[in-house]
Amino acid sequence: MIVRIATEGQYELTESDAEVFNGLDNQAVAACETGDEEHFHSAFAELLKFVRGNGQRVPEDRLEPSDVILPPPDVSFEEAKAEFTGEGLIPG
Amino acid sequence: MPGLSGRMSTVIKAKISKLLDRAEDPSETLEYSYQKQIELLQNVKKGIADVVTSKKRLQLQEQKLRDQVVKLDTQARQALAAGNEELARTALERKNVAQTELQSLDSQVAQLEQQQEQMTASEQKLRAKIEQFRSRKEVIKAQYSAAEAQVRISEAATGVGEEMADVGLAMQRALDKTENMKARADAVQELEAAGTFEDLTQLGAGEDDIDRQLRELSSGNEVDAELAKMKAELGSGGGGAAGELGAGEPAGAEQQAGPSQGQGS
Repeated sequence: MIVRIATEGQYELTESDAEVFNGLDNQAVAACETGDEEHFHSAFAELLKFVRGNGQRVPEDRLEPSDVILPPPDVSFEEAKAEFTGEGLIPG
Repeated sequence: MPGLSGRMSTVIKAKISKLLDRAEDPSETLEYSYQKQIELLQNVKKGIADVVTSKKRLQLQEQKLRDQVVKLDTQARQALAAGNEELARTALERKNVAQTELQSLDSQVAQLEQQQEQMTASEQKLRAKIEQFRSRKEVIKAQYSAAEAQVRISEAATGVGEEMADVGLAMQRALDKTENMKARADAVQELEAAGTFEDLTQLGAGEDDIDRQLRELSSGNEVDAELAKMKAELGSGGGGAAGELGAGEPAGAEQQAGPSQGQGS
């Protein structure tokens, strides 16, 4: 599975890592939904750490779309919450 | 409900397909997509230039403030040497303000530096992807029938499109931050223009500003100032200057007129 950390780059995760990834992603989402900012930041940091630590960097000359895309590492809590409702982070 | 990553992916994919829908036949899609990539690359370059300009501007302000700090420090010494403690204090207060401002400029310049590096890295990455896309585009045009080409084109275009969306996002974020700093730099400049660093505390309606007062002092007692400075360097506190001023607490003297102190005892 290819995961992109927005503004950073693409990483390739193995199938088993993808499952762990999913669990971590859900935690970040849950924190967002309950409005627990502190928990969101720690869960999101954990998620990034996992992807960077376990994923293989996708080489620059490969032209492949990602399966999932994570928000940028410096995403604010407000922006993360907006991900669910508003326009999202990507400018027009 | 999609997760954080799910939502981002959906939004990006929707934007890419919207982009690709504009072209009708495969080779048009290729050319259109390629055009868009080149445009984005130009925009990134412009963005980098923008960040560099902002950085230079802040650095210029930093230099001015640094000069100001040196000047105010010198003025404080001169004022003290001439026995005008009040004036020396005023100069030191301003120096303080300038120094605080300087520190915040320092960290902003460092941030811009970092943004510049990030955007330069983005530019290189995008350039590599575009190059890859360009060569694949030629292969696709040469080797495949229209139907097959359509599939391969959309794969390649989605891949490069995602990179484009990502670079666009990175650039947007960097420029937003730069914009904030520009606003702040403008505010500092306005403060400067309004003479905040020159005339921080009111010296009283009819009085001259600090520069003029100091100029008068130093032109009038140039030799005295020189002497006092030397005295101070030899051993602080001593010398006739300090004796004359014995002042030290003129502000306190004014306050003693207050009722509470006099009547209490």
